[in-house]
Amino acid sequence: MRRLAILLALVAASAASAADGPAPARRAELLHLVRQDCGSCHGLTLKGGLGPSLEPAALAEKDAEQMSFVILRGRRGTPMPPWGAFLSEPEARWIVEQLRKGLPE
Amino acid sequence: MRPLAIAALALGIAACAAPSPRGTGDLGLVVERASGSIMLIETTGRSALGHIGGLGDLSHAAAVFSRDGRYAYVFGRDGGLTKVDLLGAKIEKRVIQAGNSIGGAISQDGRIVAVANYTPGGIRLFDARTLEPLAEVLTGAKVVGIADAPGNRFVFSLFEAGEIWIVDASQPRSPAVTKIKGIGKQPYDGFITPNGRHYIAGLFGEDGLALVDLWNPEAGARRVLSGYGRGEEPLPVYKMPHLRGWAVAGRYIFLPAIGRHEVLVLDSVTWTEAGRVAVHGQPVFAVAQPGGQRVWVNFAFPNNGVVQVIDVPAMKVVRELQPGRTVLHLEFTPRGEQAWISSRDDGAVVVYDTASYAELARLPAASPSGIFLTSRGAMTGF
Repeated sequence: MRRLAILLALVAASAASAADGPAPARRAELLHLVRQDCGSCHGLTLKGGLGPSLEPAALAEKDAEQMSFVILRGRRGTPMPPWGAFLSEPEARWIVEQLRKGLPE
Repeated sequence: MRPLAIAALALGIAACAAPSPRGTGDLGLVVERASGSIMLIETTGRSALGHIGGLGDLSHAAAVFSRDGRYAYVFGRDGGLTKVDLLGAKIEKRVIQAGNSIGGAISQDGRIVAVANYTPGGIRLFDARTLEPLAEVLTGAKVVGIADAPGNRFVFSLFEAGEIWIVDASQPRSPAVTKIKGIGKQPYDGFITPNGRHYIAGLFGEDGLALVDLWNPEAGARRVLSGYGRGEEPLPVYKMPHLRGWAVAGRYIFLPAIGRHEVLVLDSVTWTEAGRVAVHGQPVFAVAQPGGQRVWVNFAFPNNGVVQVIDVPAMKVVRELQPGRTVLHLEFTPRGEQAWISSRDDGAVVVYDTASYAELARLPAASPSGIFLTSRGAMTGF
C-alpha cells in the first residue's frame, strides 16, 4: 500500500513537471544560463552577436521542434554547440517557449 | 586686509572643492555587464573608486584608452561608444553608432577611435576628442579581431568572408583599404603582436591560424599550426576564445585551441608548433604575465570556475586557482605583480599577488566581466 502511494506520487509529480515545465528553482537556473551563457554569442539582451538574434520577432517563423533540436544537438558548420549534456528535452522545449514569448525580466 | 582675507578664503574653498591632482597610471575600469555600468579601480591601494552608470548593454564590452590615460572609450554590444573621463568619474560623451558592435581600437597617434560592428558589418572611425564620425568602411560581414597597427592602420578579420582587411586611416576621412582574401574558414578573433609587426587570426572553421606580416602585407596570409586537431572530432566550444597581444611570452605565443582542452604554443621565430599544454577545459583567455615566465588561463562553460597557471619553461600547469564562479577575465598590472580576476557569478573582482598566489583583495562588483587598466593606452594592439 505504501509503495503504491509513493509510486502514485512519483507518477503525479512527473506528469505535473511534463505539463508545467521545469520546477521553479530549475527555471531560474535555465533563465540564467540563457541570458549569460547563450548571451555570450547571442548577446545579453539576445538581440544577436556572433550568433543570430533570439528575440521573439526573429523566432516567430521558426519551427519550435527544430529549435529545441538545435539547442540540444548544435548546428554543424556554425559555432552553435550542443547543449544536450546540460539540458533535457523538456527543458530545451521550455527554453524555446520562453524565447518565443520573450524572456521574463 | 579684508580683501586679502576674502581672497585667501576663496582660494581655500577652491582648494577644497577641486580634487587633489593625481595621475592615471594606476587606474582602470571593470565592466559590470548586467547593470550597464563600470567600476573605477586603482591598483596601488587595490580599491574601487566608484561606479559610473548609463553605458547601455555591456555584454561583451571592451575598452581602449587615450594615450594620456585620462579617457576610456567603452564599446558596448548595443553599438554604443562611450567616452569616460576617469579623473572626473563621469561620461564625457556617448553615441550610438551602430546596431550591434563587438569592440574597437585606437590609432597609433591617439586621434582616431575605430569601432568594429556586426550590424551593419564594418568599421566606423571617430574623432577621439569629439566622437565626431569621420568615415565608415562597410564589409558585408561581421568584423572580429580589430587591432591598431603602426601607421595609423587598423587590421581586422571578417567572420563569414574569411578575409583580413587592413585600413590605412592616416587620412581618416578617406581611409584606404587593402584586402587579403582566402585566409581560412571563420576567423573568430585576431590580434597584433606587441611589436606591431604580425597580425594573427584564429580560425573557428578549421584547425589553424592565419598570419600576416604587416611589414610585407603584399605577401598575403599564411597558415600556421594547420591541422592541430590531428583529425580528431573537436569538443563543443561553449564560449569563443579571445586573442590579444597578451598571448606573447618571449619567443612563444600561447593560443587557445578550438575544441580541444589545450593551449597551443607557437614559435614566433620559426612559426611552427613549439608544444601544447593540456589544461582543465576549453581555454578562453591565455594571458602572459608581464615578463613572460607564466601564462594564466581561464575557461569556457562548464569548467569556468578555475584559473590555471602555465610555467613557460616547463610548458605545463603548475598552479590552479579558484577565484569564484564563472571567471570571465583576467588582467595584470603592467609590471605583473598583481593579477585582477573577475568572477561574474560571485559578483567579485579578486586580486592575486602573482609571486605568492595570495589573495590580496576581493572587491564586490555587479556581474563583472572585462577588466581594463590604463597601461593599455601605451601598448600597440590594446
